[in-house]
Amino acid sequence: MSDAALRTPFPQRAGAALKDAFLQEALTIATTKFIDLRKEAFAGFPQGEALRDRARAIKEATLQHLHVHLERLADNVERLGGHVHWATTAEEAREMVLRICRDRGVRMAVKSKSMATEEIDLNEALEHAGVVPVETDLGEYIIQLAREKPSHIIAPAIHKTKGQVAELFSRELGGEFPADPEVLTAVARRALREKFLQADMGITGANFAVADTGTVVLVTNEGNGRMVTSLPRIHVALMGVEKVIPSMSDLVVFLAILARSATGQKLSSYTTLVRGPRRAGELEGPEEFHLILLDNGRSRQIASTLREALYCLRCGACLNVCPVYRQIGGHAYGYTYPGPIGILLTAMLKGNESVRDLAHASSLCGACKDVCPVRIDIPRMLVELREHLDREKIAPWTERVAFKTLGRLLRSPAAFRLSAAAARWLQKPFVREGRLRALPLVFGKWTRTRDLPPVAARTFRERWEELR
Amino acid sequence: MAAAVRASLMITCLGDVFFPEVGVAMVRLLRRLGVEVDFPEGQTCCGLPLFNSGYHHDAARVAARTVKLFERAEHVVVPSGSCAWMVKIEYPGLLKHDPALHAVAESLARRTRELSQFIVEVLGIAKIESSFEGKVTYHDSCHLLRGLGESASPRTLLRGVAGVELVELPGADECCGFGGSFSVRLPEVSTSILDKKLANVESTGARCLVACDAGCLMQMGGGLTRRGSTVKAVHLAQVLAGEVEG
Repeated sequence: MSDAALRTPFPQRAGAALKDAFLQEALTIATTKFIDLRKEAFAGFPQGEALRDRARAIKEATLQHLHVHLERLADNVERLGGHVHWATTAEEAREMVLRICRDRGVRMAVKSKSMATEEIDLNEALEHAGVVPVETDLGEYIIQLAREKPSHIIAPAIHKTKGQVAELFSRELGGEFPADPEVLTAVARRALREKFLQADMGITGANFAVADTGTVVLVTNEGNGRMVTSLPRIHVALMGVEKVIPSMSDLVVFLAILARSATGQKLSSYTTLVRGPRRAGELEGPEEFHLILLDNGRSRQIASTLREALYCLRCGACLNVCPVYRQIGGHAYGYTYPGPIGILLTAMLKGNESVRDLAHASSLCGACKDVCPVRIDIPRMLVELREHLDREKIAPWTERVAFKTLGRLLRSPAAFRLSAAAARWLQKPFVREGRLRALPLVFGKWTRTRDLPPVAARTFRERWEELR
Repeated sequence: MAAAVRASLMITCLGDVFFPEVGVAMVRLLRRLGVEVDFPEGQTCCGLPLFNSGYHHDAARVAARTVKLFERAEHVVVPSGSCAWMVKIEYPGLLKHDPALHAVAESLARRTRELSQFIVEVLGIAKIESSFEGKVTYHDSCHLLRGLGESASPRTLLRGVAGVELVELPGADECCGFGGSFSVRLPEVSTSILDKKLANVESTGARCLVACDAGCLMQMGGGLTRRGSTVKAVHLAQVLAGEVEG
């Protein structure tokens, strides 16, 4: 989201999303479908729970020696004839891609879906440098045409109804297309076919990278990933450093749970394993292969609060079940990664200041933790993040004073009793039919839409005497 | 005859101030089941609101006084899953810097149970005589369900009441939108989540919506009366004690 849009406070952005009828319709349908598919996939997969534990353990162990694995990966990619670049920041990563474009005279780049490229705003940088980026994942293609950002980690256009997509295609591609997903897919496929053939560069992310073998792994469903990695003469893969895994046997564990968590598939339609550029005698593949290892704030969290967020596989399951995400969608969060995991990733990439409000965009219901394939304890980390906001004095001072006061009050039974008595007296003018229906100040935030029970005429402790 | 089970009631802040009738129903119910109930009067709140908002130092100080207050309790019974979760899951960690207190917290965690769990697990009772007639539906509160892994005990107890017809609530395991301070930090989102929940509740045709958490009951009850619904939000204890009015 642009800086200007971010100046609208989060509660207002969320409020606007609630009033967007199209968004509400699209979100309800899509998230419900994802939830059911995931449930079904794991119901018929009894070994799934043990594999989730195993996957988590692999992530834990890999992070212990992240650099060892990364260097092994880099060595192997280079042995295969690929180039490896280490980017500390988003800016460095962008510059690396642009340099390759300049050096090799790249005019057009086709892309398969990649959140890492979204994270570094690569498309804007390419456009600015005169390179045309073309998204080839259907969802990404839709939002690129609409000049928007993805609103879901695996379903970038989840916020759009098929009617909206038909309108968009008709306007942008010239034609009169019906709101029929099959027709629209064919339209996109036709438009994209040309681009695959014209492009000089293919840009992808990476779901995993296997250190032992130097293999970059892409998990996709539309076949576009294969075209992107095999047709253009240059392939650039950009991956967060946490995506490295030690061996091919580890990969098997992750593949068994990733698609099940994301879309409810046993495996995605395509699992593409890329090992360096085309070798002598091979029929397809790029002449040049580049792997960019992106840190961008990740490694400093290895020994910190947000460590577990580095286990994330980007499956999007936590978004689908999150009651907040399901109401407001991804754009309202305002950053690249939405949903519960997105709050943690935003804190990691953009700093704690940026999640002052977002850290509270969760009822801590725990549904995210339940479905996470690597069991990231997102609610606990959100609470810890909130603790940092308090300690670093990022939380508003009014709030800090209010909670410190509450803390004192809860430590003193006398003060607690007295507050209840005071509230009982103060509420008098507001009680209607035994309920509080309109209260002033902060309490109005509750009573605008819900009744509040009044403080009881006699609290439990006042009735205890007669119960003895 | 074996000695009576003794239990201390942790009424919780919301229970004490807003829902004393739940506490009263609980005491009468437990006594009917042969439990000796006491009420440590120095108690206030478990500190969960402080903890959830990130004020962990303050929450730890509340936890410290609560564990001391309940140190000698044989069992501690709580009418709210979230508060029971706080004591069982978070107290030991909050007090880890003081080995003596930490040990007391660990012990308290083992002795503390949410009401339905206490009845089924400790008392070994699954069927309770009560006077309730009609259709009810049950909402799983998040902390009881996902935090403490409990979904069976409340349903078992409800089904055990002769006049009760338990109808499953569509999306029973989904959050009601309360979330403590979340409900006033993002009131519109909270209400939007609630509306979905209440539409499901009304689709069941139940007369009562039962839950085991004061927070959820405040949220869902507040939403039900605001929309003029005939469905009543009640605590499990009220159904089991036969003390649902109207």
